[in-house]
Amino acid sequence: MNSIEIRDLALRFGQTTVLNNLDLDIGEGEFLVLLGSSGCGKSTLLNCIAGLLDISEGQIFINNKNVTWEEPKDRGIGMVFQSYALYPQMTVYGNLAFGLKNAGIPKEEIEKRIAKAADMLQIEPFLQRKPAALSGGQRQRVAIGRALVRDVDVFLFDEPLSNLDAKLRTELRVEIKQLHQRLGNTMIYVTHDQIEAMTLADRIAIMKGGKIQQLDTPANIYNRPQNKYVAGFIGSPSMNFIKGTVSEGKPPVFRSGEVEIPLSGYEFASQPIGETPVWFGIRPEHVVHGDAAADAPFKTTVKVDVFEPMGSDTQVWSKIADQTFRFRIDGRVQIANGDVIEVGFDPHCASLFNLESELRL
Amino acid sequence: MLKEPKGPRPRKVIAPGRIMLYTALAFAALYYALPLYVMLVTSLKGMPEIRMGNIFAPPMEVTFAPWIKAWDSACTGLYCEGLKVGFWNSVKITVPSVIASIAIASINGYALVNWRFKGSEVFFGILIFGSFIPYQVMLYPLVIITREMGIFGSLWAVIFIHTIFGMPLLTLIFRNYFAALPQELFKAARVDGSGFWGIYWKVLLPMSTPIFVVAVILQVTGIWNDFLFGIVFAGVKNFPMTVQLNNIVNTTMGVKEYNVNMAATILTASVPLVIYFLSGRYFVRGIAAGAVKG
Repeated sequence: MNSIEIRDLALRFGQTTVLNNLDLDIGEGEFLVLLGSSGCGKSTLLNCIAGLLDISEGQIFINNKNVTWEEPKDRGIGMVFQSYALYPQMTVYGNLAFGLKNAGIPKEEIEKRIAKAADMLQIEPFLQRKPAALSGGQRQRVAIGRALVRDVDVFLFDEPLSNLDAKLRTELRVEIKQLHQRLGNTMIYVTHDQIEAMTLADRIAIMKGGKIQQLDTPANIYNRPQNKYVAGFIGSPSMNFIKGTVSEGKPPVFRSGEVEIPLSGYEFASQPIGETPVWFGIRPEHVVHGDAAADAPFKTTVKVDVFEPMGSDTQVWSKIADQTFRFRIDGRVQIANGDVIEVGFDPHCASLFNLESELRL
Repeated sequence: MLKEPKGPRPRKVIAPGRIMLYTALAFAALYYALPLYVMLVTSLKGMPEIRMGNIFAPPMEVTFAPWIKAWDSACTGLYCEGLKVGFWNSVKITVPSVIASIAIASINGYALVNWRFKGSEVFFGILIFGSFIPYQVMLYPLVIITREMGIFGSLWAVIFIHTIFGMPLLTLIFRNYFAALPQELFKAARVDGSGFWGIYWKVLLPMSTPIFVVAVILQVTGIWNDFLFGIVFAGVKNFPMTVQLNNIVNTTMGVKEYNVNMAATILTASVPLVIYFLSGRYFVRGIAAGAVKG
């Protein structure tokens, strides 16, 4: 059963089309992350689902109820914002109780729900404080609590961790994941942070220009990106792309300049016919060196142009077929500029994209 | 021996720049305070003492008679009942005008920021354009409008006019203040089930004390000091304090009673002065809050 269904959604501001022909099904209890760079329409989509923006076309169903024309409060959603959006003149208790009072819920029930949420989020000690007297992490907990007490089926998160420092972000990320496991609610989570997306999501929807580029599990998004944009967006450092051609054969062969890579083990969506111009993509972390390289299906030697030590590993910039090629080696290996290193990789881990359509082959 | 620079940089106790600054400030303060001083001492002198000249000298014999006369029995045109009549007229004009104009303008500003409707930008543009039109241009049409409404020559006419003319500037400052508040707060309140009025009363108003103080100061001083609308629309019986003050000071009959004139002027100016003293701190804070986000 689907918790949220979006049918043919479009949103236009005057002449500008922000979202167009968008369809999305989100299962019950699913954790869906909307991921994309700024301006891709991910927050806009969330606001449409919440009912904070009036849509231009299409329908939105929440729990099989058509909520397209419903007010936000009647949609059965709770929302958490990036800037916390706590009411500054109310205490934490007042913040949590505000929505419940508006809904006309009896006082005992309000107290019960707040006590439960406060316990779950460990915010009991601050219930009588004003938001200004709380730290960023505490404020975001209260904001989550405000969604929690509404006792709804769907939680919407709009970049909830972006205002926090790196350490707190990691902590709260885990808390949100635990919360989801305990509550089992449907959650839609907007972020531009791929780590958050990969760690939290059951499925990720990568958006660009108001369109969903790929909707899949984190593993599939990472291993089998459907187009070059997704491939370059996910992964840090991002995927190496080498321009060249792929030609028919058993196995098919990728050629770029003097480099020839036999593509044994690569799972083609459809076997290449003739010669096709392509992007060959391989993730830096899938490139091996040293002894491991000797066993790799494909191996070559590269010259170190620049290296960036990062402690646990070192990022090396080099060239294959005169095109930038980055890979990571163990941080303990001593290297110098100009060194020649033997590297290798398994074409099974690679991704091929049509040069023009940029779609996966 | 040259001392190596270390720790806090030494500051000269009396730097030339400081002396310049304080001298300039002292002169500026003197320049503004002197007329007030002259008014105050003159109002406390009797007429014989004033005729001796020497306007800077403190009174030899302090008398409050001019103050009592100005308040209670000075002639303002046809009536000789002093400024108190005008004072109460001004209060009756100022209080409702301030409340009505601020209430309407704050709701305008709130709606313009948070509940955009088709043409709301045009509406706002027209409103702002209104603040550039000189009042005098609209005087005659307004006389006709108030006459047709049947309120010409009453306090209601003046209240009506002040409320209308307060709109452009007040709407602008409220709009800008509300626009600087985080939009997410407004969205959160909508998710929490607040409607148009709920958000205004329970979320925005409690956060907006500084800007309301600014609006009150602007309106109280503006309306209290108004002369033009008072003399045109109020009718002889309802002249505000400023018009009566003018009638006292510009009277051409008999002796010019400088002490009474001074006392009357100070009395008239005291209301805006008190407002400033009580809320100056909020005024600065409110203006700053509008300028800087957060």
